[in-house]
Amino acid sequence: MARAWVFGDNVDTDQIIAGRYLVKLDPHELAKHVMEATDPKFASKVRKGDVIIAGRNFGCGSSRERAPLALKTAGISAIVAESFARIFYRNAINRGLPVLTCAGVRRGFKTGDKVRVDMLGGKVHNLSTSGTFKVEPLPDFILTILRAGGLLPYLKRSVGKAGR
Amino acid sequence: MTIAEKILARASGRKRVSSGEIVEASIDVAMTHDIEGPMVVEGLRELGTKKVWDPSKIVVVFDHQVPANSIDAALNHIMLREFAIEQKIPDFYDLFEGICHAVLPEKGFALPGRLIVGTDSHTTTYGAFGCFATGIGSTDMVAVFTMGELWFRVPESVRMTIEGRLPKRVMSKDLILKIIGEVGADGETYRSVEFVGAGMRNIDMAGRMTMCNMGVEMGAKAAIVPSDGLTTRYLKGRARGSYKHVYADRDAAYVEERSFDVKKLEPQVARPYSVDNVGPVSEVEGIEIDQAFLGSCTNGRFEDLVEAAKIVNGRQISKRVRMLVVPASREVYLNALDRGILAIFAKAGALVEAPSCAACMGGHVGILAPDEVCISASNRNFRGRMGSPKGKIYLASPTTVAASALKGKITDPRDL
Repeated sequence: MARAWVFGDNVDTDQIIAGRYLVKLDPHELAKHVMEATDPKFASKVRKGDVIIAGRNFGCGSSRERAPLALKTAGISAIVAESFARIFYRNAINRGLPVLTCAGVRRGFKTGDKVRVDMLGGKVHNLSTSGTFKVEPLPDFILTILRAGGLLPYLKRSVGKAGR
Repeated sequence: MTIAEKILARASGRKRVSSGEIVEASIDVAMTHDIEGPMVVEGLRELGTKKVWDPSKIVVVFDHQVPANSIDAALNHIMLREFAIEQKIPDFYDLFEGICHAVLPEKGFALPGRLIVGTDSHTTTYGAFGCFATGIGSTDMVAVFTMGELWFRVPESVRMTIEGRLPKRVMSKDLILKIIGEVGADGETYRSVEFVGAGMRNIDMAGRMTMCNMGVEMGAKAAIVPSDGLTTRYLKGRARGSYKHVYADRDAAYVEERSFDVKKLEPQVARPYSVDNVGPVSEVEGIEIDQAFLGSCTNGRFEDLVEAAKIVNGRQISKRVRMLVVPASREVYLNALDRGILAIFAKAGALVEAPSCAACMGGHVGILAPDEVCISASNRNFRGRMGSPKGKIYLASPTTVAASALKGKITDPRDL
């Protein structure tokens, strides 16, 4: 069962993956240090499928694509936040990591709650408290990219279909 | 239409666009550097791109970890260097030239009306030249390097009118910090911010670049100063290709209007750990510092060094402080060297380093230990940005950094 990890407002890209690790290209190396500045135990405790719940402006700061890459590699299956910074938002989609905008979600969860994300139904459920939150729907073309697993897999497939 | 709408309309081959529309736009200049560049090269291999769409529109700059400070960094440099040579990219600036956001304007790539993308959030800097410039990730850059196009949602525009002339020793950094403090770190998310008004005409190109650079710290997708005589003068002898000035229509639609009078503006400081935690210097005066950093794509330009040198000239930096002075580019370094500016800092006890991003990103020189305090002319004071997550960064102007370095504590530059 997916568990929630709850963070506050303005979780910046330096908190997600610090600049000194950006020489690494191996996603598994990056995942070892994800969220280190905020919660040094996060990387060792996070499990595959877990969900991040956060406040406003998640992912503000740098354009470093290793930020969503490190979170996804660490096992995070979706991020539900009250709002996102734009470069992170796009980078996450390009890496096939669902990012969902949801007003008031942060107060509805505490770390460790059981969570289910229903992307197509546009809802996030807190199974520990029976709370349900409506997320803003994603446009179809973004859903298509997410379903493909990211922009590169999507482009590879569409180039293949065009017979080039 | 606003400036952003006009540029995106032109780049997508349409007569008109309005905010909220998704457009497929042709890119005029695409920049990458030694941090994201290797990720772009990996992505191109994954996609199977053998040849980039147009080498003449690509600029590659090594600036973050120069010279290499680890084996990994050195290997990344080799990877990107080989790519640039193999793809015959004419504008490949190896680790001699400086920070991308200083180099692209100096080399004449930032021109009015252009659509520029870079794998760096501070790509917004180029908006100082009346163009639309924004940061993207490495995967989007793979798409750009392959096809020369990228999708954009046309942003809403905001107009900020600046009036008055900055007082002595108060800089455009103080103004942009004041603005970010007022609107908040996500206050202009996804929007294009236009800085207009008589006050902007009094701010030189270096000062405009500082403001547009930090546009991203309030979430903006682009920050734009309409071009004028100062722009044209800067570009004379530099511009790479022709350009056309782009101005907003009289009836352009803005979702928000703000105005700022700078006549009585005080020096501003952003306290840890967010860029919008801003107050006048009087609120933090006296806080002891361990490091003072003058440099970065925000405030490492010649004009910044000159203003700081006026304060440092003939004095000694506090014994308890290490001051790092890092010119943003080779051009800045040489200018400052020729005019004796670097000597002023070196004689005062500062460490003068070769051009690079240096302490700003915490991956190279000037790393902070737990509980150490740095006053910095750079752009971010996030937790762990400059080393230890327990280190503290106060963001300020070059003059405030210089005054604080002399006194060993945060100091109002108007007092010296």
